[in-house]
Amino acid sequence: MTNQAALKQTPLNATHRELGAKMVDFGGWDMPVHYGSQIEEHHAVRSGCGLFDVSHMLPLDIRGANVRAFLRRLVANNVDKLQVSGKALYSCMLNEAGGVIDDLIIYFMDENWFRLVVNAGTAEKDLAWMEKKNADWDMGLTLTPRRDLAMIAIQGQNAAQALNEALPGVDSITANLKPFNAAAMGEMFIARTGYTGEDGFEVMVLAKSAPFFWRALMEAGGKPIGLGARDTLRLEAGMNLYGQDMDDTTSPLESGLAWTVDLKTDRDFVGRKALESSEITQQLAGLLLLDKGVLRSHQKVITKHGEGEITSGTFSPTLQQSIALARIPLGIAPGEIVEVEIRDKKLKAKVVKYPFVRNGKVLIA
Amino acid sequence: MNIPADLKYTPSHEWVRVEADGTLTVGITHHAQDLLGDMVFIETPATGRTLTKGEECAVVESVKAASDVYAPVAGEVIAANADVEASPESVNKDAYSAWMFKLKPANAADVAGLLDAAAYQKLVESEAH
Repeated sequence: MTNQAALKQTPLNATHRELGAKMVDFGGWDMPVHYGSQIEEHHAVRSGCGLFDVSHMLPLDIRGANVRAFLRRLVANNVDKLQVSGKALYSCMLNEAGGVIDDLIIYFMDENWFRLVVNAGTAEKDLAWMEKKNADWDMGLTLTPRRDLAMIAIQGQNAAQALNEALPGVDSITANLKPFNAAAMGEMFIARTGYTGEDGFEVMVLAKSAPFFWRALMEAGGKPIGLGARDTLRLEAGMNLYGQDMDDTTSPLESGLAWTVDLKTDRDFVGRKALESSEITQQLAGLLLLDKGVLRSHQKVITKHGEGEITSGTFSPTLQQSIALARIPLGIAPGEIVEVEIRDKKLKAKVVKYPFVRNGKVLIA
Repeated sequence: MNIPADLKYTPSHEWVRVEADGTLTVGITHHAQDLLGDMVFIETPATGRTLTKGEECAVVESVKAASDVYAPVAGEVIAANADVEASPESVNKDAYSAWMFKLKPANAADVAGLLDAAAYQKLVESEAH
């Protein structure tokens, strides 16, 4: 089995074990995959409130006079969309070839301070890339990884209620916090963001406060949710997963992320030239399996315009049917039927526009 | 650990009950369903199919992963359980009543080659380390 001594732990590791979580090696982190039933946890988020330990992801503070100028060149989305303190932006960070180094969230706090949140598995690579650009472009910025913080996602229609109950007084902040906005109070950072398609928050607190905060959220009705349900929730919500739906070798324009790439302004950002000179031949599409079975990543998709591949597939607990994201040839439209090779069979799937589920409601026909 | 003493087992985590008429009832163990998690899809073999020992003959899929079920001995499939296909979660509820298929062994003596409960327990414990 895994060598636990070598695995990294979040500040909530002991809490997960006390709660009876099944722990797995998740990209070098010892993380809870479920606390009993992955499907029950999934439904708990869609119908009430779930708690996720996402402390493996890395908050990264960038400070200095040139942060905005730096980010204008560094990422594919346009940070000039961020003009109000606390506003968040989802973006890809590209390499020169236009491949995705990582997808991240950027919070604008003030002109001398932006906070980024990057994926766990890419954190080292991201940091090295950013430090190199900081030096190459002579930006003089300070990049501070915030491993002293823990991050807890509180997700579901009852998330605000649970957070307000766990932290008396915080309603003065949450009541006015719009989706994709954040507020900082000392070392506490509250963002109305998430990865489930439900209302909710991602809250950063000092690592030492995390176990107490987690227990208070449970007292307030939050149910612990493992990474298993996190994956089925985000896939129903049609949200990309780095390393599966896109990576260093894929273009955001062929990964369902064109909406995050700003080509309208003449801003020069890393990867722009490659994107503009590349021919787009594929798209990321949603699939709904019509036959019985379960779609999984890397299964072959056969369309009238050629072959594609499933990038993420699972059984959807909300739809009670298997769903997937797949990279397939352009020109295949929603409503068309394609075939997926599963073991020795070719099963029928319908191409659908995703997201599949948002705010507890099924969106696909 | 839930390993009934009156059943036989395979190293690939199937349980086998030897019926009075010499036929075998086959499912996956409690340990196997625990590793896989919530079951969402099960495909059983067609009745009449002839299997060699160790042949892939059924598929169990949880939310997390797909896994094959193997023939414990050579034989012919004489029944498949439509109920587990309709309710895959029954395997999580009680792995030892949620059988997958029944087999008429080609050679009754082959059953002696299966693991008993103690041997299977040892195997599970050794895999945990």
